[in-house]
Amino acid sequence: MTTASPPPAVLGTQPKPAKRAPKRTQKRSWSGWLFIGPFMAVFALVFLAPIAYSIYLSFFRNQLVGGNGFVGLANYSQALQDTQFWSSLLRVTLFLAVQVPIMLLIALLVALALDSGRLYGKSFFRISIFLPYAVPAVVASLMWGFMYGTRFGLVGNINSALGTDLPNPLSPDLILAAIGNIVTWEFIGYNMLIFYSALRVIPKSLYEAAEIDGASQFRLVTAIKLPAIRGALVVATIFSVIGSFQLFNEPAILQGLAPNSISTYFTPNLYAYSLSFSGQQYNYSATVAIIMGVITMVIAYAVQLRGMRKEG
Amino acid sequence: MNRKIAPAVLRGSALAFAATLALTACGGGGNDAGGGSADGANADDVAAALEEGGELTVWAWDLTVQDVAAEFEELHPNVDVEVVNAGTGNDQYTALQNAIAAGSGVPDVAQIEYFALPQFALADSLTDIGALGASDLEGTFSPGPWNAVQQGEGIYGLPMDAGPMVMYYNTEVFEKFGVEIPATWDEYVAAAKTIHEADPDVYITNDTGDAGLTTSLIWQAGGKPYTVDGTDVSIDFTDEGSTQFAETWQQLIEDDLVAPINSWTDEWYQGLGDGTIATLNTGAWMPGNFESGVQAGAGKWRVAPLPQWEEGGTATAENGGSSLAVPSATENAALAYAFLDYASVGDGVQTRIDGGAFPATTADLESEEFLNREFEYFGGQKANELFAESAANVVEGWSYLPFQVYANSIFNDTAGQAYVSDTPLMDGLKSWQDASIKYGTDQGFTVSE
Repeated sequence: MTTASPPPAVLGTQPKPAKRAPKRTQKRSWSGWLFIGPFMAVFALVFLAPIAYSIYLSFFRNQLVGGNGFVGLANYSQALQDTQFWSSLLRVTLFLAVQVPIMLLIALLVALALDSGRLYGKSFFRISIFLPYAVPAVVASLMWGFMYGTRFGLVGNINSALGTDLPNPLSPDLILAAIGNIVTWEFIGYNMLIFYSALRVIPKSLYEAAEIDGASQFRLVTAIKLPAIRGALVVATIFSVIGSFQLFNEPAILQGLAPNSISTYFTPNLYAYSLSFSGQQYNYSATVAIIMGVITMVIAYAVQLRGMRKEG
Repeated sequence: MNRKIAPAVLRGSALAFAATLALTACGGGGNDAGGGSADGANADDVAAALEEGGELTVWAWDLTVQDVAAEFEELHPNVDVEVVNAGTGNDQYTALQNAIAAGSGVPDVAQIEYFALPQFALADSLTDIGALGASDLEGTFSPGPWNAVQQGEGIYGLPMDAGPMVMYYNTEVFEKFGVEIPATWDEYVAAAKTIHEADPDVYITNDTGDAGLTTSLIWQAGGKPYTVDGTDVSIDFTDEGSTQFAETWQQLIEDDLVAPINSWTDEWYQGLGDGTIATLNTGAWMPGNFESGVQAGAGKWRVAPLPQWEEGGTATAENGGSSLAVPSATENAALAYAFLDYASVGDGVQTRIDGGAFPATTADLESEEFLNREFEYFGGQKANELFAESAANVVEGWSYLPFQVYANSIFNDTAGQAYVSDTPLMDGLKSWQDASIKYGTDQGFTVSE
């Protein structure tokens, strides 16, 4: 910082404030950049550059015949009319509407149960529920995929042992529910932990006051606990919205077991992946990814706005 | 499915000892053959390049290539060959495509399956090796693979193995239910019904929608759904062969006569071993998989000619198989070709046969040692005789799409629906056709129905 010492001397000899001002801002901004420079460089490289590159890619089209060419917004107009893209979006939306509420509700119930202090072996219970989250999604999907098997899997075993006729969870009609089950299993523990930690920081005095007022346990939950963890609920919901829209691992793994049930455009991410890696349509794939990113951001933001408004 | 795994596990018919190779590498001598040239290099340059030596990077997932490379290095001390497994099938193609697009890290030699070759050839990603000596190899390989490495006027690879189709069957199942071994597809359907009615847990075969099998059986039926002339492509799954296949296979699907088991899964290997799956119609590269994956079936399985579409016919088709190709980005095409020649025509062929590969070279296919080999797994049957016969009877004139890799990837989105819904297979093939046409058009091809 040798450059920092001269200014006072300069200031003293220069009577005109007009000249002084720009010089000072120049110095100031320079040293500011020094501090944030390393961060900005990394940020630009790992966050902004890939996004910018994707946007750049989305304006071109590289064909097997004819090579690469600038096509303007043609990829975007194609994506907006692409029935496969919209069907995949519709599928994850349906998934979001059904799976997320179920998962969050169960996670919330578990967190409340743990927090109530009435459970025996609480830490064992807590760790067992959290454990699935520690299992990698790929492993979890494979594991469930085997269990879903109607011939040698758990479903098959139940059928042959009990003489039941359980439907194949990997059939086209049930595959979305089957995936929902896997995701729920994986993420209950994670959401439970968010809720539980939020519950733990509620001051005990509130409970004592409520008890003095003769409030029931149920009233304690609705009047104190839930309002107190609204922030955590909103955060968990936003994570779940993003997670649902980005659904990829589970269908991608199960596709090998049920190729006719899970199409190459089953979810938007899977679609972008197939376009890119089997179709070499990198440009169109980037377009789909960008559109999906924007939609996810809009919905997540809407959820956040709504959640916060209620809070206020 | 087998396109991904089959060539990786070509450990089939291991030959006891060396068959005499009647073929020599066409190293020296004049070269008046047509076709394009690799930077003006010719057969003389190949010999010179071998003298001079250099480094070669080979991308192959077939394990026997490693042995071939070691021998090649021993023979030519100046040459340093590095074999890299860059993934199997599609994974490798993706990596290769990316390397070619990036213009760096492209290997000098790459293993490419026949169905994927046109895609690379068309994009000018491969060297036309005709002038390097490949154009003198006419007649060296069986017609199916040889046809597959040619694209227009050019030759873009040398066949390293082949997958002439046969029917593998479990004798125990057929004996148990007193069913004759089907010689035609009509008999096959009848046998499927008899077997499945007698025991609902037993199926004639497994199928959950396999693009490779479908196209191969249409090929056998004489169908030509794909016609390719440069960038003019037509796709038509309504021709006679395709219709014949669809109608027959529809009966199997409709009556649930094919086991809903995906190939290459644990369930599948078990099914092959315990008699759940009675037959398998696939390439000659299968024996190695039987021996390593289906020990329980040892001695029970046999090989028979592929069932025919017409009574008394002999037509067959190819299923799977790879070539070795020279990407055009290589700086040493002549040396790369020398390796190709050694691995596909020279002594490398025997090394690969010993390692379990099924050769594409007619000399090996006709050699006594090869044909007389008795397969313990198949109860002492001389299976190579049937494989070789099949190799000679592959229907000519088939071509894959220049974007077959992608087309196969969407087979289950479209035609596969016939296996899980009321959609007739014919309609499924039609939607496969439509989706393929759409992709082709997007990629700049002139596609018609």
